[in-house]
Amino acid sequence: MRDDVMLRVEGLNKVFDSGNRRVEALSDVSLEIRKSEFVMIVGPSGCGKTTLINIISGLESATSGSVLLDGRQVSGPGADRGMVFQGYSLFPWLTVQKNVEFGLKMKGLPTGERRDIAARYIELVGLKGFENALPKQLSGGMKQRVAIARTLANEPEILLMDEPFGALDAQTRVVMQELLADISRRTNTTILFITHDIDEAVLLGDRVYVMSRRPGRIREVLTVDLPEPRNHHCLVMAEFQQIKSHIMEMLWQESSDAAMDK
Amino acid sequence: MKNKRIDTTRLLSLICFCLIILLWCLASYSGSVSEIFLPTPTAVVEKIIAMAKDGSLWANCWESISRVMIGWLWSVVVALPMGMLMANSKKFSAFVQPIIEFARYLPVVALVPLTLLYLGIGENQKYTIIFLGTFFQLVLMVCDTVSGVDRNMINAARTLGASKFQVYKEVILPASLPGLMDDLRLTIGWAWTYLVVAEMVAANNGLGYMILKSQRYLATDTIFAGLILIGLIGLITDWVFRILTRLVAPWYERLADGK
Ligand SMILES: Nc1ncnc2c1ncn2[C@@H]1O[C@H](COP(=O)(O)OP(=O)(O)O)[C@@H](O)[C@H]1O
Ligand SMILES: [Mg+2]
Repeated sequence: MRDDVMLRVEGLNKVFDSGNRRVEALSDVSLEIRKSEFVMIVGPSGCGKTTLINIISGLESATSGSVLLDGRQVSGPGADRGMVFQGYSLFPWLTVQKNVEFGLKMKGLPTGERRDIAARYIELVGLKGFENALPKQLSGGMKQRVAIARTLANEPEILLMDEPFGALDAQTRVVMQELLADISRRTNTTILFITHDIDEAVLLGDRVYVMSRRPGRIREVLTVDLPEPRNHHCLVMAEFQQIKSHIMEMLWQESSDAAMDK
Repeated sequence: MKNKRIDTTRLLSLICFCLIILLWCLASYSGSVSEIFLPTPTAVVEKIIAMAKDGSLWANCWESISRVMIGWLWSVVVALPMGMLMANSKKFSAFVQPIIEFARYLPVVALVPLTLLYLGIGENQKYTIIFLGTFFQLVLMVCDTVSGVDRNMINAARTLGASKFQVYKEVILPASLPGLMDDLRLTIGWAWTYLVVAEMVAANNGLGYMILKSQRYLATDTIFAGLILIGLIGLITDWVFRILTRLVAPWYERLADGK
């Protein structure tokens, strides 16, 4: 038991039971994330990744098992666990500035303080000058920058990200990955990031949890030892390729097992 | 690109409008349709001008407009909170849904005899007809609009620390505003139709009454004038609502406006 563990998930099970259809989404998932660590979860589509992160964020409840943040059991959503969604989920009637201020306003911070904090995070994600733009005027990458700033401005203890770059084109995705790697290093934010993209998992993660197909289980945990800063140069390194092919092999086995079952 | 497309749609609407006028002119001025059935555009315009001069135009329009507004506002005032409550409480929804679903399939015309029996031929009967015609639909529309707010947006607000009340005030209300404006715009249109129904049954002023009375004297020009006025007023309200929607929710992008 290490005492710098920020998030601990223990024996999580989730069964969706909607009358006649019973879906076992997660089976005995346990993991831990240390303070300031950047942890990736990679797994095939439909394996239960979103379900897992929704349970951690408190948007969904587990069938059994527990989620501990800083040693405290969590239930229900809270500002201590910030979430960035694949679909941006910005408030279209608010400007960039007001979107980023949203959580601070909910907390009841005075206007001036709100403005200063928001300005800092808008700058951090490289959106200075776009404070007064509406979401509809922004590209997908810029929208996701706003969503990241909005979540970080709340200063959560952990940043949860559910395939945040899944809807972006390949070039924008790399730019965003580098931005996030940079933010993680500069702000020491603890991050749990979910993806089905193996490149993304290896490029960003200090550690990578690999999940099996549904019902999602943890198959393996890998430590990634790539030099800092993490950027697109890492993609061609031997160490990167080695871990990547290992994960690919594992996920390939998963899908061929699935094919045998049929 | 976008502007060009809007221009073409405008042009098409205009062409359709002109075609109808053209057909009307052809049929009436050529004398192929008797004046008793189809008055000439000139006769109708002259009639409207005459009514404007003797004041009956304004009086009738005003009567009709004020009836629509009062009946419809009553329906809005009750339907808005009720629809919102339905969207947020399964229990309340289960309680009222059956009766609303039942009532909204009752044709308002079929309720006219009862309203006359209970309320007589006064103004309250007119308001009631308009209320009954719009209320049950509006409640369900409001409920649909409010429950249709993007779940992801609500989830985002909750993970940002918003309480249930804050989610309602800061997310659900602003997000459903444009949809609610659309609901209001549609129901006020229906209110117009029900008003004419009410005025044709029992009234001694208003546009519906004017049309009914003209039938007795075979004054087709007045009937056409009445129809055109009703159509115009409807068009203007619709237009005002669209502008209002753009004013209160400038961020809103209608799906049809997209690329
Ligand atoms: N609310 C729900 N009701 C029933 N089944 C669900 C629900 N949410 C997710 N599932 C099922 O659980 C499984 C895992 O879904 P999800 O967590 O979204 O996977 P991933 O994010 O890894 O693609 C899928 O088979 C999905 O159909
Ligand atoms: Mg998912």
